[in-house]
Amino acid sequence: MSIRNQACIAGIYEHPTRNAADISLAALHGDVIAGALADAGLDKGDVDGFFCDSDAPGLGALSMLDYLGMRVRHVEASESGGATYLSQVAHAAEAIAAGKMKVAVISMAGRPRADAAAGGVAPRPFPPSTPDLQFELPYGAELVNEYALAAMRHMYEYGTTAEQLAWVKVAASHHAQHNPLAMLPKVVTVEDVLGSPMIADPLHRMDCCIVSDGGGAIVVVSPDVAASLKQPVVKVLGHGEAVKHQNGGQIDLTFSAAAYSGADAFAEAGVTPSDIDYASIYDSFTITVITQLEDLGFCAKGDGGRFVADGGLISGVGRLPVNTDGGGLCNNHPGYRGGMTKIIEAVRQLRGQAAPQVQVKNCRLALAQAMGGSLGTRHAAATLILERH
Amino acid sequence: MTEPLGKRIPAAPEPTVETVEYWQAADAHKLMIGRCHGCGEAYFYPRSRCPRCLSADTGLEQAEGSGTVYSYSIMRRAKIPYAIAYVTLAEGPTMMTNIVDCAIDHISIGMPVSLVFVESDGGSPVPVFKPAGEFAG
Ligand SMILES: [Zn+2]
Repeated sequence: MSIRNQACIAGIYEHPTRNAADISLAALHGDVIAGALADAGLDKGDVDGFFCDSDAPGLGALSMLDYLGMRVRHVEASESGGATYLSQVAHAAEAIAAGKMKVAVISMAGRPRADAAAGGVAPRPFPPSTPDLQFELPYGAELVNEYALAAMRHMYEYGTTAEQLAWVKVAASHHAQHNPLAMLPKVVTVEDVLGSPMIADPLHRMDCCIVSDGGGAIVVVSPDVAASLKQPVVKVLGHGEAVKHQNGGQIDLTFSAAAYSGADAFAEAGVTPSDIDYASIYDSFTITVITQLEDLGFCAKGDGGRFVADGGLISGVGRLPVNTDGGGLCNNHPGYRGGMTKIIEAVRQLRGQAAPQVQVKNCRLALAQAMGGSLGTRHAAATLILERH
Repeated sequence: MTEPLGKRIPAAPEPTVETVEYWQAADAHKLMIGRCHGCGEAYFYPRSRCPRCLSADTGLEQAEGSGTVYSYSIMRRAKIPYAIAYVTLAEGPTMMTNIVDCAIDHISIGMPVSLVFVESDGGSPVPVFKPAGEFAG
């Protein structure tokens, strides 16, 4: 059995805040859930499925359902980092296809900026029992230098250049100038990126995504519910999810778990990369985008640098419009988790509701891709392929 | 750019009951890898079950201490810039580590390296690598 055409995305909401100093984590969830339901034209009483990640406050789904005063028949609190929500859209579709529910809400929120200002600690404080970290933390391993390990190897094997990496950021900034909510709306050049401070070779400051507060929510419904709603229907066509890790020390940093999740998603959807009109590609760092574009088959392995160069990802100009909201590099990156906003912008494109300057004409098929964890050590990847009805 | 990497003191490792033996060996300046007696796999990091065949018939084995740099990055945001790296050991597995005793711009992928230990901040010493062969000194 497949989830192809078994469920639709009927509501989306992206929190407008980028600094939630005066909004609690639970309130952020409440805001995005109410916003997504209103967007769909549904009420709280219609919801019979609830999905969140392990950053949700208290006991996660239990605490959130209490806070919202909500009763549902299907609950999932799962964790694959920023890729969580793409998988949850598919899991919701599976439960809908199995007749377990009809209306699911998927919620994510985070306030790392507000927490840091209040004296919070560094992100992701894993417990000491985590089996791998004692072999990594003593060496000063962080997300940025772990992704840098992958970037350095990519350059070594394929001749990828710092200029090519920079083009990912340049494209994001070209899109962000049309997003009034974007944290970094200024258009930048390759020279700007290369001139920004080196953080962890070969990644400059502008190769790194921003840190922001906020969140988002999605409403996933059965096709019969979708038929009665006000927003243009977006159908879930295919999905894949996978985890890639150090494999006992057999390490190959040149590809990501998107190689697995993408192949599954395209097979389920029955389409190919050349059919895709718009792609949201998780952009924690510039190398993240290049690696995933290759792994998804938008270009051959090793050709990602050339694919993104010279405006390759700029809407209306390049080979493939990517992250037309400005992405995590320029718009927002709530809670260190990029997946939710990736789905939301893909839905906007399919509905024809993206910013007019970046809207893809006659956008019929979109792909959303996210990664959670670290490209340099262990990560989850999830792929969603969506179609306008 | 030919400045030497500074002397960074690694954070103290936090062993679990599963890894006490690995860190005790490190106290004696020995680098251990996992070895499966079922399928023969050499693996890193050490753990009680083989990550290839899931056998519990596993043990630690001392690595000879030579390898090559698979990838590296210089962390410039830190007060003392330092080099994180993956080093592929002669026994096969690749492990995360630091490169030390080296000018920053002398590190390269494929560079041969040899094992040394540096004191951590109050815990066991940690295995790191310095340039070897023609790259040494
Ligand atoms: Zn084995």
